[in-house]
Amino acid sequence: MPATLLIPLYRDEIAPRFDLAGEALLVHLDADGAELSRSSVLLAHASSEELCRIALEEKVRAVICNGIDDEFWQYLRWKRIEVIDNVMGPADEAIARFRADVLRPGDILFHRSEP
Amino acid sequence: MGNGPGRDAASRTGETERRFRRDAPHPAHPLGNRHNAQQRNRCFVSIQQTGPAAPHTTRPRTGAGARHGASPLPHVAGLSPLPVDLAAMLDALPVGVALLDTDCTIRLMNRALETLTGFTTAEVRGIPCRHALRASICLHRCPLRRPLTTASGVTVATASGAHYDLADDGERSPTPQAQEGDILNRHRRRIPVRMSMAPLRDADGRVVGWLHAVEDLTLVRELEEKTAKGEAFGPLVGRSVAMERVFQALPAVAQNDTPLLVTGETGTGKDTLAEAVHKASSRAREPFVKASLSSLPEFLAESELFGHRKGAFPGADENKPGRFRMAQGGTLYLTEIGDLPLSIQGRLLAFLDEGVIYPVGATEPASCDVRLVVATNRDPEQLVAEGRLREDLFRRLSAVRLHLPPLRERGEDIEFLLNHFMGHFAARLKKTVRGCSGKALRTLLDYPFPGNVRELRNIAEYAVTLCHGETVMPAHLPAYLFQAKAEARRAERERRAGRALSPQSPLSPLSPLADNEQSAAQQGMPGDAAEPLARASVSDLERRLIADALHRTGNRRGEAAELLGWGRSTLWRKMKQYGMC
Repeated sequence: MPATLLIPLYRDEIAPRFDLAGEALLVHLDADGAELSRSSVLLAHASSEELCRIALEEKVRAVICNGIDDEFWQYLRWKRIEVIDNVMGPADEAIARFRADVLRPGDILFHRSEP
Repeated sequence: MGNGPGRDAASRTGETERRFRRDAPHPAHPLGNRHNAQQRNRCFVSIQQTGPAAPHTTRPRTGAGARHGASPLPHVAGLSPLPVDLAAMLDALPVGVALLDTDCTIRLMNRALETLTGFTTAEVRGIPCRHALRASICLHRCPLRRPLTTASGVTVATASGAHYDLADDGERSPTPQAQEGDILNRHRRRIPVRMSMAPLRDADGRVVGWLHAVEDLTLVRELEEKTAKGEAFGPLVGRSVAMERVFQALPAVAQNDTPLLVTGETGTGKDTLAEAVHKASSRAREPFVKASLSSLPEFLAESELFGHRKGAFPGADENKPGRFRMAQGGTLYLTEIGDLPLSIQGRLLAFLDEGVIYPVGATEPASCDVRLVVATNRDPEQLVAEGRLREDLFRRLSAVRLHLPPLRERGEDIEFLLNHFMGHFAARLKKTVRGCSGKALRTLLDYPFPGNVRELRNIAEYAVTLCHGETVMPAHLPAYLFQAKAEARRAERERRAGRALSPQSPLSPLSPLADNEQSAAQQGMPGDAAEPLARASVSDLERRLIADALHRTGNRRGEAAELLGWGRSTLWRKMKQYGMC
């Protein structure tokens, strides 16, 4: 089943906070999970409400994010949108893991730097 | 370097990787003497390689090991003959602390910060702090993102990961700045915090990392909010002494199931109080039914209250439950007990004594489990004296009695409620109104508010509606406030001038204000209390407003009440009060 992902962005990473993201990435996947296209949405102001509106408008199936307020997490779930939160790392890595169906809430995808 | 006790200890344990030093100025710094004097006070942080538990461990490794994973455990050398476990030392602090490297990635978090964020050090070690802390200041106000200029004028780096050297900055480096914001923790909870940063320097004074302190402000915010809101019971708010007494009594009153008598002038919040008491009582899940019967003829009021049986009177085509039955299990609130006909008062007394009601036309009593709350805006003792309230009913009702003070007796509550209502309406109307100008506030504080809280609420709504900026100015207030004030001032001037009102007085002989002063003079009353004069002028103004509204609406009271922004019963009461019926 085709799906659309929404990932709030900070540079090329998943934004640390859903409510403070100034940009969002929409990734369109086909029924086999292959990536069809990507589009980037720039927000006039960082806003959870605006991201939720986009998610509903674009019929997003899953939101991949890091920190999110419980209120918006509940809202998106209530709207039957899967929320994979507390994911830290590059957006591309998260998309790849989602397509492989191995992305879980709380995954940390950064390559750790050693002191 | 290397001749301090810390250095010796470091050598003994063989750690080499990392050193953080506190208060260590550059050797070439003008404060070098002080630096030398502090040599023996230096302590170092070093990283112990993992392996068998070290003999100098200061706490069981199980907890620390679990939290820090398999990473080297840092120790502080130089504080005591044996190195001290840094994590255990930081865990003892009541504030959250994170140690970051120059790339702003997390190296260590203490237990308080782990609790705040919901992440353990092992989970987030080596990732950028903005992802683990998720503070509101991280993306746009991070102090490490601001270019720092050293004493030598060199602008150094940002938190992007560049290594930078603040050696020249020495003692003159910026003091740690605290910023307030919030963090979003792992459990999706927003926590208000105060965050501060301090650089960590190596033995040569180079910045090798950062110490990030995060203080939980939840309790502080709650306290601030409580202070700002004052006391509250449901939608009733206030922080004056008079209201404090009411708030103290309310919880017990709510839990009590006996009838409640609420007294207070119009607009003081009797209806709100009755509903709040119901919601705080054990009957909260059952209905709250309000009955305002003062405008109904006696037989209709009786039927409305107790219900009727089919055929009880012409037009009674079917059984009607009445307010009592509608409130079954809950609370019945009667708005103006003094306006109820005496016959109905007798039936209320029967209900209070026996717990049953007699619907109109019924031969059998119907049991009714209802808590009765009644209110009056007049003095109930006076009503009893006038024969308008049955004394036996009054005695039964006054077992539990609450009096809501008029706004003019609530002191600081005027300003407090004004801000409360303006905030409420600003949010509702999506305005940015933050407060009143000094002059507007003085005008409001000088006004006696005969309509009490309801009037203040209406004024706040009016002002917020008209105000397009952040501050309510006098121009945004209703004109009648200034009219009342001007008249009070004029009367005061007259009084001070000591002039007896003559027929040629600028005040119209028809003016109630003039009547007041004249009658005061005739009765030898002192007449030097500005307050009664001000109140008299407001009464006069009200009388004139009513007359004007009736004139404009061709004596149609409903329309006149609407024009005045009052309820029909308020208009009727005021007309009666001023002898205009």
